[in-house]
Amino acid sequence: MIKPFAITLKPGTSLSNLTGTWRTERPVYLDRLPPCNNACPAGENIQGWLYHAESGDYEQAWRVLVEENPFPAVMGRVCYHPCEDQCNRGKLDSAVGINSVERFLGDEAIRRGWKFSKSADASGKKVLIVGAGPSGLSAAYHLARMGHEVEIQEAGPMAGGMMRFGIPKYRLPRDVLDAEVRRILDLGVRLKLNSRVDDIVQGMQGFDAAFLAVGAHIARRAFIPAGDAAHVVDAVSLLQSMEGEEKPMLGRRVVVYGGGNTAIDVARTARRLGATDAIIVYRRTRERMPAHDFEIEEALQEGVMIRWLSAIRQADEGQLTVEKMVLDEKGMPVPTGEFETMEADTLVLALGQDVDLALLEGVPNLEIRNGTVQVSGNMMTGYPGLFAGGDMVPSERNVTVAAGHGKKAARHIDAYLRGVSYEPHAKHELADFGKLNTWYYSDADKTVRPMLDIIRRQTSFDEVQGGLDETNALFEARRCMSCGNCFECDNCYGVCPDNAVIKLGPGRRFKFNYDYCKGCGLCAAECPCGAIKMVPEEI
Amino acid sequence: MGFQPIKFYQTGTYTVGNRLLSPDQRSVQADEARSNSINSGHRACQGCGEALGARYAIDAAMAESHGQLIAVNATGCLEVFSTPYPESSWQVPWIHSVFGNAPAVATGIAAAMKVKGRTDVRVVAQGGDGGTTDIGFGCLSGMFERNDDVLYICYDNEAYMNTGVQRSSATPPAARTATTMPVGPEPGNPFGQGKNLPEIAMAHGIPYVATATVADLRDLEYKVRRAMRMHGARYIHLFVPCPLGWGTASHDTIRIARLAKESGLFPVFEAEHGEVTSVLKIRRKVGVEEYLLPQKRFAHLFGSHPHPEMVSRIQEIAERNIRKYGLLDEEAA
Ligand SMILES: Cc1ncc(C[n+]2csc(CCOP(=O)(O)OP(=O)(O)O)c2C)c(N)n1
Ligand code: SF4
Ligand SMILES: [Mg+2]
Repeated sequence: MIKPFAITLKPGTSLSNLTGTWRTERPVYLDRLPPCNNACPAGENIQGWLYHAESGDYEQAWRVLVEENPFPAVMGRVCYHPCEDQCNRGKLDSAVGINSVERFLGDEAIRRGWKFSKSADASGKKVLIVGAGPSGLSAAYHLARMGHEVEIQEAGPMAGGMMRFGIPKYRLPRDVLDAEVRRILDLGVRLKLNSRVDDIVQGMQGFDAAFLAVGAHIARRAFIPAGDAAHVVDAVSLLQSMEGEEKPMLGRRVVVYGGGNTAIDVARTARRLGATDAIIVYRRTRERMPAHDFEIEEALQEGVMIRWLSAIRQADEGQLTVEKMVLDEKGMPVPTGEFETMEADTLVLALGQDVDLALLEGVPNLEIRNGTVQVSGNMMTGYPGLFAGGDMVPSERNVTVAAGHGKKAARHIDAYLRGVSYEPHAKHELADFGKLNTWYYSDADKTVRPMLDIIRRQTSFDEVQGGLDETNALFEARRCMSCGNCFECDNCYGVCPDNAVIKLGPGRRFKFNYDYCKGCGLCAAECPCGAIKMVPEEI
Repeated sequence: MGFQPIKFYQTGTYTVGNRLLSPDQRSVQADEARSNSINSGHRACQGCGEALGARYAIDAAMAESHGQLIAVNATGCLEVFSTPYPESSWQVPWIHSVFGNAPAVATGIAAAMKVKGRTDVRVVAQGGDGGTTDIGFGCLSGMFERNDDVLYICYDNEAYMNTGVQRSSATPPAARTATTMPVGPEPGNPFGQGKNLPEIAMAHGIPYVATATVADLRDLEYKVRRAMRMHGARYIHLFVPCPLGWGTASHDTIRIARLAKESGLFPVFEAEHGEVTSVLKIRRKVGVEEYLLPQKRFAHLFGSHPHPEMVSRIQEIAERNIRKYGLLDEEAA
């Protein structure tokens, strides 16, 4: 029989038609750098740990977090969270409450007794760390996990540095700090308290390297003529004495001179010690005040008063002489010649802090500029094997920066001990807001953390800011948009009109089937988090 | 009630999948074992909304019918790009009717299955807007009127794309096609009375009518599965942008569909026995310009000789839809 042509061929599949040859652009998966990670002074992989928190795997979230920073419970309380300022979600509704989730994870770890995972094999190398503040402890933690033997020598009676002697209890309860310090020591780090290093070159003998992190705790003075009976103290010693048995006597009217976070801390502490008036005197205006705005706000709520555009000229018993200031066009304060007096039982000077450089005298090739120790890109001073970080090197001074220095120094010290050099990974390109397709994220406003009521804030050292509980921490974590990093939403797998995306299964992401991908770009356009990029084909 | 979106869990049901949802809450398209009714290697243009919409719809119908599905296909892009003899992309039993008779062919298959006692086998018919609203309209109305046990899916790309973008009765006012050129005082397709097929289907009082777009996968899957659980004549009108015919970038297909819905120009709703039972609300309202501007078929409304009065008339159409179907929640307004 002669069959019509139309039924002579066997049916075939379109798979023999490789439509990938049409392509002029190809999609590729990539990891972009989330702006939060980019902003973190401690280099935390925030998006990475939020990813695990989103699914309720808090332990894994915590483990990813502490790869970079051993202090989540501390950070979750005192970090100024520049990550949240950069969070892309801020452009949509409000930034993800990264800091509050971090605190939740930190507290959860303490509550459940999670321990750091085992360190690498012993290297046989010994490292001396001078100073048990955030950067010293952070370096100790990382070095110990890398297999080195670590000894910390601390001049003070307790570990913690500024976390203990600078930050008041109402912001950082001491049991939280103690728990996170103890966990580091549990790695086998030796801590010698009350042991001041007077000469670092001598102190380093018997060690293969040293990390200096003594901080900056010498109070800066200003010349203020003071009568014999005037009660003038400095902020550093005042906050330090708060850790002792005997609380300082400040009287009913306390004046704090300065405009930084320390001035605010002192004024709030004074209120809690019973001062009816705690007045900050500052030479410039609120806009120019270096203290963080939320701290100023919290202080004002607690009844702290601030006297702007004023300089203290003279301190006498129970009384101060103050000169009014105006700002010149550069914003610098200039005296007006108008004087006033104000009552004060105590004057506290919070005018900044300097580094105690005594232990560095005579160290060869060491460069000191503007009172700080100069280090090169690998955190090493001019003296081989001597590294430095934290408040004593030029940089912003806060706990998070210090923890970051500790980590960075540890990586370079480790390389130094192995006779190699540490090359950090090249940074991925930034996942800025324009890379996202925010249509896909549910509308969800930020969860607000509870605040202690005002009366208890004025009278006790109870922690001011509360934490999140499990449900709202989970909610907050899930507000993360996972900028630049695939979170397996299946959009690419779904929206491809050509079935050219292969789903590899949970945790394994996807891959393209370039035999059939026509390069339409729908996957890249509809990827919520910007983890796909179109690149031109070479033709 | 309609489709109940899950509003949280990071992306809720906005994305195709979501690892945070329990497996029974996930979409068919997220499944590694989805049937991929139209397989790779088809010859649709890059970013074709119809190819995507058909896989979305037929995969959902396959899931709901446990693979016991026969699909009828009118002539049109979907048929031509999927099945150039002797190859086919279809991985379901599939039959090509002619251009105008897909509903009648489907009716016949449904009747045959009934006679054979194969109550497990379900029938879907599909066609483009030309095949549905123009040439196949008589057969379709008959299928509705007899309440035959067929789900008919119209892939509306608003013109006869397969033969080179000629106007259909679903082509919107002002759109440029090969037969409605942008010339004269009112360039493009004239503002007519329109031919609203979902409403005509509703007028037949059939059990189920729904509209959907390729931008709301979860809503579409819900509607297909719902329709597949019913018997009698059912109709789904699916909005599928056509990059070639509309002059849009291939990566914009879903965005354009989303803008059609968010502007109010394409109301997304479902109806039972002639009564609207739910609408998918506008989430982030946009003006019609935002929808029109990226499409070259509307380019003559803008640019050096713009026609703002025509844009306003299109905006009026959107506003009328919004009022008529209650597309705006008070809070989104
Ligand atoms: C009776 C008949 N008239 C004309 C044609 C030519 N023809 C094939 S497909 C098509 C247009 C299809 O348009 P539509 O139904 O909207 O589907 P689309 O290609 O847009 O998806 C036409 C006119 C035909 N096949 N049969
Ligand atoms: S012409 Fe339009 S409907 Fe036809 S294959 Fe191309 S994009 Fe799809
Ligand atoms: Mg068409």
